[in-house]
Amino acid sequence: MGALQLRDVCKQFGPTKVIHNVSFDVPDGSFTVFVGPSGCGKSTLLRMICGLETVSSGEVMIDGQVANDIPAARRGLAMVFQSYALYPHMSVQQNMAFGLENIGTPKAEIAARVGEAARMLRLEPYLSRKPTALSGGQRQRVAIGRAIVREPRIFLFDEPLSNLDAELRVDMRAELAALHRRLRTTMVYVTHDQVEAMTLADQIVVLRAGRVEQVGHPLELYNRPANRFVAGFIGSPRMNFLEATLAEVQNGLVVAALPGFGLVPTNRLASSLQPGAKLTLGIRPEHAALAEDGVVVGQVGLVEQLGGMSTIRLDQPDLTVQIAGQTGLSFGATVRVALPRHVLHVFDEAGLALPAAPAAPLAT
Amino acid sequence: MANLLTARRGRLRWDWTDWAAHLYLVLGTLVMFGPVLWLGLSSVKSESGLQAYPPTILPYEQARIDVPERGTLKLFHVTQGEHAGQDLAEVRRLGLQSQLVDPANPGTLIRLPIEARTPVMRLHAAWENFTDLFSQFSFARIVWNSVFITVVATVLTLLVNSMAAFALSKYKFSGRDQVFLLMLATLMIPPTIVLVPNYLIASQLGLTNSPWGVIWPAVATPTGVFLLRQYMLTLPDELLEAARMDHASEWRIYWRIILPLSSPALAVLAIFSVMWRWNEFLWPMVVLSRSESFTLPLALNSFQGELTTQWHFLLAMTVLTLLPVTAIFVVLQRHIAQGIASAGVK
Amino acid sequence: MVKLVAALYAALMNLPERPMKWAQSQLSGGRLGWVFVGPNLAIFAIFTFLPIAFDLHYALTGGTQLLPGDRPYVGAENFASLLDCTDHFDPNSCRRDLFWHGIWNTLAFVGLQVGLMLFFSLLTAIVLNGRIIGRSFFRAAFFYPVLLSPVVVALIWKWILQREGLLNAAMEGVGATPVNWLLDGNWAFFWSVFVSIWAHMGFYTLILLAGLQSIPAEINEASQMDATRPFRHFTRITLPLLMPNVLVVLVLGLIRAVQIFDEVYVLTGGGPGSATTFVVQYIYKTGFADQVRQYGLAAAASLLLASVLLVLTLIQMKGQGGGKQRG
Ligand SMILES: Nc1ncnc2c1ncn2[C@@H]1O[C@H](COP(=O)(O)OP(=O)(O)O)[C@@H](O)[C@H]1O
Ligand SMILES: [Mg+2]
Repeated sequence: MGALQLRDVCKQFGPTKVIHNVSFDVPDGSFTVFVGPSGCGKSTLLRMICGLETVSSGEVMIDGQVANDIPAARRGLAMVFQSYALYPHMSVQQNMAFGLENIGTPKAEIAARVGEAARMLRLEPYLSRKPTALSGGQRQRVAIGRAIVREPRIFLFDEPLSNLDAELRVDMRAELAALHRRLRTTMVYVTHDQVEAMTLADQIVVLRAGRVEQVGHPLELYNRPANRFVAGFIGSPRMNFLEATLAEVQNGLVVAALPGFGLVPTNRLASSLQPGAKLTLGIRPEHAALAEDGVVVGQVGLVEQLGGMSTIRLDQPDLTVQIAGQTGLSFGATVRVALPRHVLHVFDEAGLALPAAPAAPLAT
Repeated sequence: MANLLTARRGRLRWDWTDWAAHLYLVLGTLVMFGPVLWLGLSSVKSESGLQAYPPTILPYEQARIDVPERGTLKLFHVTQGEHAGQDLAEVRRLGLQSQLVDPANPGTLIRLPIEARTPVMRLHAAWENFTDLFSQFSFARIVWNSVFITVVATVLTLLVNSMAAFALSKYKFSGRDQVFLLMLATLMIPPTIVLVPNYLIASQLGLTNSPWGVIWPAVATPTGVFLLRQYMLTLPDELLEAARMDHASEWRIYWRIILPLSSPALAVLAIFSVMWRWNEFLWPMVVLSRSESFTLPLALNSFQGELTTQWHFLLAMTVLTLLPVTAIFVVLQRHIAQGIASAGVK
Repeated sequence: MVKLVAALYAALMNLPERPMKWAQSQLSGGRLGWVFVGPNLAIFAIFTFLPIAFDLHYALTGGTQLLPGDRPYVGAENFASLLDCTDHFDPNSCRRDLFWHGIWNTLAFVGLQVGLMLFFSLLTAIVLNGRIIGRSFFRAAFFYPVLLSPVVVALIWKWILQREGLLNAAMEGVGATPVNWLLDGNWAFFWSVFVSIWAHMGFYTLILLAGLQSIPAEINEASQMDATRPFRHFTRITLPLLMPNVLVVLVLGLIRAVQIFDEVYVLTGGGPGSATTFVVQYIYKTGFADQVRQYGLAAAASLLLASVLLVLTLIQMKGQGGGKQRG
């Protein structure tokens, strides 16, 4: 068991409010990732969940029970810290055993659990070493091992991979995913890296400035971002945004006017918007296409050839196009870019996404 | 590479300032360390060797010889007269006359004026100066007093100060900063200022003439709290949080996590505390008035007052007093220097 | 052995576990901190804060009784008696002439000792900061006396300075007449200053050396690129950057020098006459060594000394103001 619910959770440090009425559910067994830019309150939220930080108002519920006043140690959670927080004066073995010793676990059981965790994390050769004698990836695994032996209801991770180099990060990501598949324990994971979020999560909570922007499955966030922030944050390279106005409404759908280029039909419902209203068109680089009849015309400012795919940056307007394969285009060439209507996102002046027409599902 | 070479060459050029600097340091070392060396050499001179004037550098003693039927006699070298060049043993001295015998022929007395003979000196380290301290005085008792006070006070200092430093660095409670300031303020109140009332308090608590009278007032030191607090501030709070998540009680966090991790700072404080207690003088002198409760510095002081002529014992005692400190210094020199440089305290 | 110590440590430190856990359950948030600072605070209260209050009581009461209750109130008489002089610059005209000898001696001592010590520590630190073969050896040699007990320091020098000591032997060796160093007032004072510099300068050298070493190499190199002359480099670059450390040395040195007692007491006993009697010795003598123990006078003198120390400490805190003290 390890379900988590947040109800209107707020956090204030003195006069400054850093978490604003956050509510969402973390289902038992899920891998939920909090993602958002640095300083948006991810760590604070996580620390409130695990009890290291008090909740200013609202409720944190673990398995249906309000946990606000339960001390950290008794919530049955385990935390993996960003800096790992390994006890530097204890060996790997002692680091993992410390928590169990504290609650008076029998020696034999401690040895069994530590041994099992060490085996799972391939730490057996290092059990007697001190943390300083380990590589970054090994330290990371010790920190995870320390959490595993406690057999918690929920694992909490605060940017656990941010201290590793890029290659190791990819490996550890795979290991974490494997670990989750195997343990089936709820994991709550904080990161500012949306790639990590996309690859690991089965539920993502996007945070900005202490507020939840959107909660959902990774692909749902990719396909149906609720607002411009989520659209820009999820997906790499970043979604292109083009300022436009509402030219007319056809069959309830928006036809946008792109200044200097003409009309762009979309599959988005205009709702109550009136012609002339300010809009933002959003198109992911991988969805924009080079086409003879493309509506946008521009000059190539930069070409990045990755071999398997190529990225073409236009300067005017600022637009990135990603295409499969290689390209003969070079700096200064004039190209036309099409904005296919079924993958075109439209945001109103407040940044909220306009709903898609029911008959026309977005990118499939 | 070329850069490196020129830099090297630049460093190797040796001008007059370098000579002057090294000369200064060598002379300085002589002034700073010479007296201690002189003390050490003097302390192994025999009573008679100490009376030689001008003093000899190495410990000499007048040679003695066993003469059959006459016992152990002092050996003299004859400089004048028919026996000039011979080494004779002195049987007795009568005024300006000396009666000597040839050790090879102890039957015949030889009379000589005293200026016709000089003592034969022999290199000899008088270790008995040290051993006699223990047999002739209750010196072991004094050493024990000093050791007891130093060890117990240091252990308590580490415990009490680290507890306070832990609270002041890792807890938030109202009044914390005021407490810290108050402790720092006691830096301004050196023990010299509160001698009289402290004596009253010590006597009311029954601490006079007891080692605890020296220990208790010394256990809470603002310096120690400050030093440890600054160090503990550098320990990441995440460690404490991890330990709390690991079900460790706060006391357990203190002694299983914080104390072991603070060991560099604790070591510095331990060294300081040992020095302070071992060397302390004025307060022990006030609170300990019976000679059986004396510490080494007190014993030294009273000894030099009473027995000014017994330099051979006094010097040996002085050496014994500085020996432990010197040993600590030799072993932990680097730690001490770094500790002082970083904390700016003594 | 290590295992034994660890086991002992664990056994001892486990003892307070239960009461501390109970305290933890009773005190929310950081209030457990009070339990941890408690022992320290209690000892401070008993041996520092309480005595200050008593100091005032003693200073305002007379007689020779130790118990505060038995002492008659005399108002400011102790202070008046200490300050009673026909000419404050002439200790012999004062009712408590020894106190005034102590004051003037202390002032002269502080001026000489702190000034010279600052000079020599700075010089030594600068020399040690240069390119020196065997730097750590020299640093250790200069530092070593700091660790010695003041009594040991005094005896080392007493042995050298006695009538038939090493120094006189050396003097005779070069044909000079020997001097009874500690029986001549001026010489005794000189040696008091010398010995206390000898014993303490290593400590200040270390602080200054640490300051010098914390000056980034780039700054010195930049100044070198600018072809700064050595003396100018010292006055315009090194000294200003070293100023915080110099201030620490200056004020710590002053605070210590004002309280000079241990070494000199053992070296000269305050004599000959009152040539090396300082204020703290007066306090000790009046309160504890005289036949009639005049606690009131001793406490009053302590408070006067404390006010001087307070001013010095405030100067230290002001930092900036400390620089002016040098003049
Ligand atoms: N103990 C604290 N006191 C005051 N402000 C804090 C504290 N902890 C975090 N904050 C503020 O709360 C905001 C969120 O911080 P945090 O949760 O650490 O962000 P992140 O999403 O990068 O983990 C930041 O603006 C930070 O400055
Ligand atoms: Mg964070």
